[in-house]
Amino acid sequence: MLIRALQDEGVDHVFGYPGGAVLHIYDAVFRQNRIQHVLVRHEQAATHMADGYARSTGRPGVVLVTSGPGATNAITGIATAYMDSIPMVVISGQVQSHLIGTDSFQETDMVGVSRPVVKHSYLVRTASEIPETIKKAFHIATSGRPGPVVVDIPKDMTDPTNLFDYNYPEKVTMRSYSPATRGHTGQIKKAIRLLAKCERPMIYAGGGVVQGDASSQLIELTRLLGFPITNTLMGLGAFPGTDKQFLGMLGMHGTFEANNAMHHSDLVFAIGARFDDRITNTVSKFCPYAEIIHLDIDPASISKTVKADVPIVGPVDTVLDEMIKLLEPEVAARSEKQQQMLKEWWEQIEGWRKQDCLAVNRDESEDIIKPQEAVQAVYKATNGKAYVTSDVGQHQMFAAQYYPFDAPRKWINSGGLGTMGFGLPAAMGVQVAFPDEQVVCITGEGSIQMNIQELSTCSQYGLPIKIINVNNQSLGMVKQWQDMQYEGRHSHSYMDSLPDFVKLVESYGHVGFRIESRDELEPIMAEAMAIKNKLVFVDILVDPSEHVYPMLIAPNGSLRDMWLSKGVRT
Amino acid sequence: MRRIISVLIENEPGALSRVIGLFAQRNYNIETLTVAPTEDESLSRLTLSILAGNEQAEQITKQLNKLIEVVKLIDLTEGEHIERELMLIKLQAAGAQRAEVKRTSDIFRGQVVDVTQSTYTIQLTGTTEKLDAFLKALPESSVVEVVRSGVSGLARGEKVLTV
Repeated sequence: MLIRALQDEGVDHVFGYPGGAVLHIYDAVFRQNRIQHVLVRHEQAATHMADGYARSTGRPGVVLVTSGPGATNAITGIATAYMDSIPMVVISGQVQSHLIGTDSFQETDMVGVSRPVVKHSYLVRTASEIPETIKKAFHIATSGRPGPVVVDIPKDMTDPTNLFDYNYPEKVTMRSYSPATRGHTGQIKKAIRLLAKCERPMIYAGGGVVQGDASSQLIELTRLLGFPITNTLMGLGAFPGTDKQFLGMLGMHGTFEANNAMHHSDLVFAIGARFDDRITNTVSKFCPYAEIIHLDIDPASISKTVKADVPIVGPVDTVLDEMIKLLEPEVAARSEKQQQMLKEWWEQIEGWRKQDCLAVNRDESEDIIKPQEAVQAVYKATNGKAYVTSDVGQHQMFAAQYYPFDAPRKWINSGGLGTMGFGLPAAMGVQVAFPDEQVVCITGEGSIQMNIQELSTCSQYGLPIKIINVNNQSLGMVKQWQDMQYEGRHSHSYMDSLPDFVKLVESYGHVGFRIESRDELEPIMAEAMAIKNKLVFVDILVDPSEHVYPMLIAPNGSLRDMWLSKGVRT
Repeated sequence: MRRIISVLIENEPGALSRVIGLFAQRNYNIETLTVAPTEDESLSRLTLSILAGNEQAEQITKQLNKLIEVVKLIDLTEGEHIERELMLIKLQAAGAQRAEVKRTSDIFRGQVVDVTQSTYTIQLTGTTEKLDAFLKALPESSVVEVVRSGVSGLARGEKVLTV
């Protein structure tokens, strides 16, 4: 009944792991062939795979786990999806309904445990409500601000001897849930007035543009206005990363030009972004000269940390379409003075750009590879066209800085929760969705070991992912903070006893390379990318002392207060 | 400032825990909470009194509205409203104290709902301030036990909270 509902929902892949409470469901999976089940090695990985699948396709990822430990193992992945607003439906088995509350074997209150990290959850109480509950779960997960939904199903609800008339609803209506479908006209007009008269504008676009499939509208709007634009970590790819109007990422490790332009701006147009603490630095010093227009599907994101002068609640694509229409005559009627002001603003920005804050600082006489160069080599070997997932840490920031994305849904990382161990399973989810595309996981020797067991799943399903291990033999981001704030006391940030990654991956039947010198970097990278039908693991030994720059100065700093390199600040 | 938020919520298992969880998770404080089904069995009405500034109150109502089971809500303190709280209070009432306690209760329009040779149990309704004032007016040593219902309220006049 459940599997039929998933089929009717159009689900083609389920990521999961069997166990006692879901045996009836797994038997149903066995006896059909419309849904392909991917057997993972750990339930956390199942959720990240479903997440990677969802982020790359825009369709909800589906997870199936058993009760108790199966369910709790899934929590990190659910929280990851929740923080980044990723549509996901997690079906967890539960003990038989008459045993609930008795501390029975493998019993966990999954609805309770997951409550703070889900958009919604259901505990199924009668078998006949399964189809409607599944329909509601998918509706909630994918509409409005997307997010994960848990459906907890006691074992007796899926008993095949328990028959009833199956009817999958076409649609659901819920009196208590109706996300905005369009923006408020009055607010939109107010925003247009500000956009028409500002002198130093900035467009600040986030993951909402990617999740809301509004990249084309964002590009059209930005081109029409001729304004500079920055993307958040989650928004990268929403606007082409190689475009002249793009100033790079902003925030903690944002570019000199993006952060300065934000700071000096007189109008910030925030689109599908949420003024995260990694963006604002000290909130009271954030964009001191700017009026703020904030467009978001989630009213609770507006004026949560930074007060919006013009809030617009609505879907990004629809609202931007409407705004573009209204802006066209305004732009055509721009006065010479206005055009001059915009030109001067761009000249100021170009001045900041000349700082060339992402230039790799290196001693040419040394052979050691800089982590930035490893990412640049990946960019070159993939022509900038790969799906790139990352784990969390320095390599993640280097990937965001040195691999410009020209299309949305290509850059897949755990931005909100910052989940180490995300990269490999997320890449697997992408590869399952796009078997013929180049999928690269940029990781570190710390992160990769958090879900390395999935190399086995990759063998089973023949997933030809390219894993780039930026190996600095330390937890680089932790170490960087210890260098900068704890006088270099490297408390437990050193990765001792690393495996021989090449041998390790070979034991799973994959291909492994190790790169130790600069001259090997590009040729081996090209060779690795050329192997189409095998998983390739490239272990790159990099400079362990490298830091990520620019870096915002905290506490009490504004967006223009940055470290630009070791010991050099603005 | 103190606010009273009335919430209509689906009368379903687990709905209340989401509201309470939200407050714990986002570091908001609940002063009082009352909840019971309404005349429409599918709905419960929940009254929360909270201490929050304008911005936090706005954020709390937005976050409450985001909960799937929350159907509708109103911040009663934004307009004219009636609020009441019920208190039952058990008092030492022996000897000379007995008459004194009764007199104070009468002044506050309390009703004696249970009597023994040594105690009075008094029922009192009113605003939170009135109940507080009554407690203050009693000699501390005479109070044996107090239970309060938390605040309930309705908007004045035509304004209603219905689906």
